[in-house]
Amino acid sequence: MTVDRLGTGIAWTALILVIGFLLLPIVVVIPVSFTESTVFRFPPEGFSLQWYGRIRNVDGLLGALWLSAQIAALSTATALLLGTLCAIALVRGVVPGAAAITTFMVSPLMLPGLVLGIALLQTMREVGLRDAWWSLYLAHVVITLPFVMRTVLASLALFDFAMVDAARTLGCSYPKALWRVLVPNILPGFISGALFAFIASFDNYPVSMFLVDVRTKTLPIQLLNYLEISPDPTLAAVSTVLIGLTVVVLILCDRLVGLRRMASI
Amino acid sequence: MALLALPGVAFLSVVFLLPLLLLLWSSIRGEGGFTVQGYVRVLGDAYYIGVIGNSLQLGLITTAGAFILGYPAAFALARARGYAQVVLFALVFLPLTVSIIVKSFGWGIVLRRDGILNWLMLNLGLIERPVRMIFTEGALYAGMINVFLPFMVLPVYSVVRMIDPRYGDAAATLGASPWYRFTRVTLPLTLPGVVAGASLVFSLAVAAYVTPSLLMGDRYMTMSMVMAKAFLNLRDWQLGGAMAAVLLAVAAAVVVGASLMQRRLARHGGGA
Repeated sequence: MTVDRLGTGIAWTALILVIGFLLLPIVVVIPVSFTESTVFRFPPEGFSLQWYGRIRNVDGLLGALWLSAQIAALSTATALLLGTLCAIALVRGVVPGAAAITTFMVSPLMLPGLVLGIALLQTMREVGLRDAWWSLYLAHVVITLPFVMRTVLASLALFDFAMVDAARTLGCSYPKALWRVLVPNILPGFISGALFAFIASFDNYPVSMFLVDVRTKTLPIQLLNYLEISPDPTLAAVSTVLIGLTVVVLILCDRLVGLRRMASI
Repeated sequence: MALLALPGVAFLSVVFLLPLLLLLWSSIRGEGGFTVQGYVRVLGDAYYIGVIGNSLQLGLITTAGAFILGYPAAFALARARGYAQVVLFALVFLPLTVSIIVKSFGWGIVLRRDGILNWLMLNLGLIERPVRMIFTEGALYAGMINVFLPFMVLPVYSVVRMIDPRYGDAAATLGASPWYRFTRVTLPLTLPGVVAGASLVFSLAVAAYVTPSLLMGDRYMTMSMVMAKAFLNLRDWQLGGAMAAVLLAVAAAVVVGASLMQRRLARHGGGA
């Protein structure tokens, strides 16, 4: 039995190491954001909120935050609509080649982001679409669609479509039956799919980098630009705010669906 | 009913499939028509072969590192109970949702000459003066493993959670040693999770752009970095297109290889 205990010990040591290692680069940002000095130094000197005050003055940062939120929200909403309709058709099994279509619909997930970005840049040039906002929006629907497809397909597989038929027998129109019966039932799948999709869009760098222009920059692009030009603790303050927002969203999602259920995609 | 699938399929065909085909087409399009010159330039040049080698090596080391750390950790995560499991799970999950830019920035603070690791080692008396760590290969590997580790832990965790612990007990009752039980019972049962995690980590790491360019820069060129340079700086569509095709081939090989392995495992799973 001592060998068993050794195995358990190794597993727990590894888990503690993994968590410490994963959190290290995230946690170190927080004390640096409250430093008084203009350079990073560890341990940080003094305490001040000056870097938080400076966030407003960084050129284009709030604009980039707004743009990223817009693109992520709109592309996720579009992906939810397209993805759910497609998933319903695929699960009901009336589509010829359903397995191949399913693979096709989630395949952008396997594609290196940079390849997608370059391919889209080239195509948008060929068709003469020069507007950065629309290019970003279309590209991000491609990024978010596979996440929605995967989770919605998984939840639909567990849904009993006889309930929709029952609602229709009782006088609901087909769209209304879907909205009143199907949507509430697959809501957990919706929420976790939407969350993953939103994060994937909000945090995307390799696709967006080819589609932004001077005036239309998403948050990751703007942050990386700033990091290269003037790496001061303002960036730590921005990062701390982003980490705080992430924690709030995760807690909300845990209350709504349960984290473990979400991660099982 | 089948028409419901149409908007989504049509959208991806136009905004995803068509651009990809166009990209592959541009890699074989020369002035006088069809040409393989882009591929000759990429596959016939020692420099670009080295770049492809760098990417594959980075993918392999990241996958191996993530496996060594992540595999045993996934067992502890799956065996934890109650509130502890929720908290531990949230701590593994949180880093996935934090921006890769924030994490790379944090790694900079950890590894700088006046950063945390140097400060710690100086105070512990392990070193006498600060060591240069950032922009070294070791730092790159550590950063890559850091970013992609959760993609190994989570798939293995979800498989381990499904294993009935009584399998191990049954083997023990039949006189199997712990080592024999692990290699003959537990390990084979977790292989689907390992294949899923390893293929995910490898394909993400081989195509990574942000982490290598922030932690190493031009000193360690990867396929993604060559592609970005070819398209954004050199405006060399033929070179970039050929490199993209090579990366695409690697990604496709990983996906096909992983699904073949999963199918074999599923078939053996029933009889084992």
